[in-house]
Parts: sequence; C-alpha cells; structure tokens
Amino acid sequence: MKIENLVDVLDGNVVMGEEFLQKEVLFGFASDLMSDVLTLDTDKLVLVTGLNNLQTIRTAEMADIECIVFVRNKRVLPPMLEIASEHEMVLIECRFSMFGAIARLHDAGLKPVY
Amino acid sequence: MKFKYEIEGGNFSKAGNASSAVKKMLKQLNVPPPIIKRLVVALYEGEVNVVAHAWNGCIQVDIEPHRIFVIIEDEGPGIPDIDQAMQEGYSTASQAVREMGFGAGMGLPNMKKNADELNITSEVGKGTKVEITTLLNE
Repeated sequence: MKIENLVDVLDGNVVMGEEFLQKEVLFGFASDLMSDVLTLDTDKLVLVTGLNNLQTIRTAEMADIECIVFVRNKRVLPPMLEIASEHEMVLIECRFSMFGAIARLHDAGLKPVY
Repeated sequence: MKFKYEIEGGNFSKAGNASSAVKKMLKQLNVPPPIIKRLVVALYEGEVNVVAHAWNGCIQVDIEPHRIFVIIEDEGPGIPDIDQAMQEGYSTASQAVREMGFGAGMGLPNMKKNADELNITSEVGKGTKVEITTLLNE
C-alpha cells in the first residue's frame, strides 16, 4: 500500500513528509513500548503508536522506520520534527484509537509483522 | 579508528544523540545497513539505559577491519544481579522512563540479540560497563 492510501484510510493529517507519500509500506506494528519496536527486523513498516515524544522518533531512526502514525489524537510535538525531517520520515496524526486505526489498516491490506 | 561520545544521565531529550551520531558515522564508512541496524539498536538500548539509570556515561566505538567493538561505560548505581537484569521483563526503571516507551525489561535481552558478543560487568555504587562486539564479515 502506498502511504498516500494509508492516509486516506485513516483520514489522517500528514504533519511531515508530504513528498514521500508515494512510498510503499507492507507491514504494520502497533505499540507504545519502544523496546518492542526495537526487536523488529522488518522493512517497509509503519509504526502505529500513541507515544508522542522524542524517543518515538529516535526509535524509528534506529530501526529504519520511515512512517509513523500517531493515534488517539496525539500531536506531533515541535522537537520531534527536526529529527524526523533529517531522516525523511512521514509523520501522520489520526483521530482513531489504536484499535480503530489498526482495524482500518488491516482491512486495507496492511500485514502484521507476526 | 576510534570515536567517543558522551551521554548525559537523566536527560531524555538527548537520549539517542550518541547512537544517532554513531549511525551517521557508520553510514559514511559504508558499513552494510543490516549490520548498522543491529549495532545501533543495541547501542540505543544501552544509551537509554545510561540515561535512565546512571549519572553520566560514554560510548567508545572502535572500528577494526573485521569487527566493530563498542564500550558503553557509565558512572551510576551499577547492577547488583546481572543474570536477573538479563531476564526479559525484569526492570527497575522509573515511571518517567516507562512514559518514554522503555523500562519493560526488554533492553538488555534486546542488546544481547543484536550483538555478536555482549559482555557486562558492573560494580554496585560505581557503574556499569557493557561491551558489544559486532562482526563485519559474517
């Protein structure tokens, strides 16, 4: 799925990375625990999380994750933008709960990592 | 080639800065991406541990032809029982650390998984030294 389609499915707000919306994503992983995210070794992954702090962005940087969806109306905070921009990430805010967002993404064809 | 990066204990706004700098440097040296990823994940978990538990610390990276050898060393409370600390789910992290998305007792096991060799020594009341070896010619 293209990130552009993911944004449509989630009625999301693209905070950063408009220019990368044509990139493909295949897998989704939902967690507020960054150590769990760091156990993954999956490319073309979307991280779905309610954790909106700098460590979310750092975790994505270390794990080579290029797209993050923030659920539950969590907002991307200014300090997160600089690092995300440097690593060409797409940051998307969405109003759904984590469960609601995942259900929609799964219906749209995004696969679980395991 | 040797590089050294400082880590400030307790300052979560800077947690990850050192690992990020190492990642950039390894990329510039054309280290294969899968090797970079394994090493920086281990390194980042280690850096977060220093920020979460210690007063200050540093990361030393030594790049040799066949391996990358990293030492994460801190001045801090130390680990009384390393075997216990290595168990998945065991954690002494504060609420503040948990709110940052860590502190679920995954850090050390995750570091072990991503290192070809992991060696931890610690002295209670003084500090902890973690040595990570990553082989380059697997």
